[in-house]
Amino acid sequence: MSSDLFWILISAMLVNNFTLHLFLGLCPFMGVSAKIATALRMGAANIFVLTITSLAASFLNAYVLPHAPYLRLISFIVVIASLVQIVEMTIKKVSPTLFRELGIYLPLITTNCAILGLAIFQTNRGYGFLEGLAFAIGAGLGLTLALVLMASIRERAELADIPALAKGMGLVLIIAGSLSLAFMGFAGLSTP
Amino acid sequence: MSETSHVGDLQLQLRASPHLKAPDSTPKIMWNVVGSLIPVIAAATWFFGPSALLVLLAATAGAVLTERAFGQRGSLGDGSAAITGLLLGLTLPPGVPLWIAFVGGAFGIGFGKLVFGGLGQNVFNPALLGRAFLQAAFPAALTTWPAATTEWARLRGDNFALPFTTPSVDVVTEATPLGLMKFEATPTDPWSLMIGATGGSLGETAGLLILLCGGYLALRNYLNWRIPVSIFVTVALFQGLLFAVDSARFASPLFALFSGGLILGAMYMATDMVTSPVTNAGAWIFGFGIGFLVILIRTWGGLPEGVMYAILLMNALVPFINRATQPKPYGSPGRAAKRGAREAEA
Repeated sequence: MSSDLFWILISAMLVNNFTLHLFLGLCPFMGVSAKIATALRMGAANIFVLTITSLAASFLNAYVLPHAPYLRLISFIVVIASLVQIVEMTIKKVSPTLFRELGIYLPLITTNCAILGLAIFQTNRGYGFLEGLAFAIGAGLGLTLALVLMASIRERAELADIPALAKGMGLVLIIAGSLSLAFMGFAGLSTP
Repeated sequence: MSETSHVGDLQLQLRASPHLKAPDSTPKIMWNVVGSLIPVIAAATWFFGPSALLVLLAATAGAVLTERAFGQRGSLGDGSAAITGLLLGLTLPPGVPLWIAFVGGAFGIGFGKLVFGGLGQNVFNPALLGRAFLQAAFPAALTTWPAATTEWARLRGDNFALPFTTPSVDVVTEATPLGLMKFEATPTDPWSLMIGATGGSLGETAGLLILLCGGYLALRNYLNWRIPVSIFVTVALFQGLLFAVDSARFASPLFALFSGGLILGAMYMATDMVTSPVTNAGAWIFGFGIGFLVILIRTWGGLPEGVMYAILLMNALVPFINRATQPKPYGSPGRAAKRGAREAEA
């Protein structure tokens, strides 16, 4: 059981990395990866929201959706978005320091495709509560890894003499593609 | 830039640094690397016939022509594009259609190097990026390993296939030693791996020879010996551990060291001066990471060989490693002092 959870985590983090293999959550990946410090915060916010998402999806799958399956998409979106908003308000009240650290990233990623993707994958694969949690943490760690790798490469490329045709987003997309090629090496990683 | 000052009878020359000069230059190092590859190329030709030379030529042509067309003026002379092409060629199977090898060379130089601003600025090893692209785009052509044949002059596959056509020549294929090990649990005798009497990519055979050629470069200090040494030690240790746990299922450390592209990758690709860490501490970390990932992918991954991906993944980590292992200036405040300063500021 625990080894199952471990492989779900590893698989979500490396093999089926949300950004580099499934191409979900590309907007934060492209937009907030210029500096390592901000990339780390973005990653932390991602792990946080993904975990909440997984909890909410487990709850909805167990108690609500069996009665009204046609509400799946809309209930995922509404419940996750409002839950994150409530958590954000609570953090603001309880721990202003943590709120400042997470800053604008929390509301930014609430409506991200990676978030909805996680809820739908979790449902389709029939993950229970614990499995969903491992899946969410693995996906969050994978997003953080991709963000930090991208940010460290971009910080280095800032000093390079990039030709005009590749400046800006062009180079970011090419780096993303190269990272994605490298991550193909993890394909099929599983228990021997 | 020098002036002479007279202090009594003493003649003192005043000069700006650097005072110690090495005779090395980028072109000299690069052409030395090309030279050290000649025995490897000769061995590949000996084992795989004219196909080997054709594939190497096509990959090199792709790399060199792209560099000539889009690179800075005169950048061909430093030899780095030729190295990229040759190394890419050495990672390809002998029967691969030539146009695929050409595309790989062009992609490696174009997207692996020139978009980053040319030599010295790229993040990923261009040859391996080209190889990874080909592996993703033409998986069948890149995993067709022709069986050994006694007719030296015969082509080992449909090298002259037209672009985007199905190769028309039937070849007898065989699995590589790593594939045999992974899917059929049949180990190959390490001695035949060392001298090269096995199937595989052009540069996957004759481990001992590649070791010698790379050793020459290490002796001349053209590659950081810490990187291959740490890769070999890590692979031997981890594989030794697995072998000790279950010698029937896992390969021996000697097999792991000499099979696949490990030696070529460790000697020539991981040590690429541009895409490996600049600090020695970083080099040890880099090598350890590659060795660990190779074993991880080979043992638990879906692919029989993981050297290429291991090096590319660690390439992506190099900016991070460089930053983490940056030497501190003597007397600079430690972590505790820095935290104190930050708190005082807040």
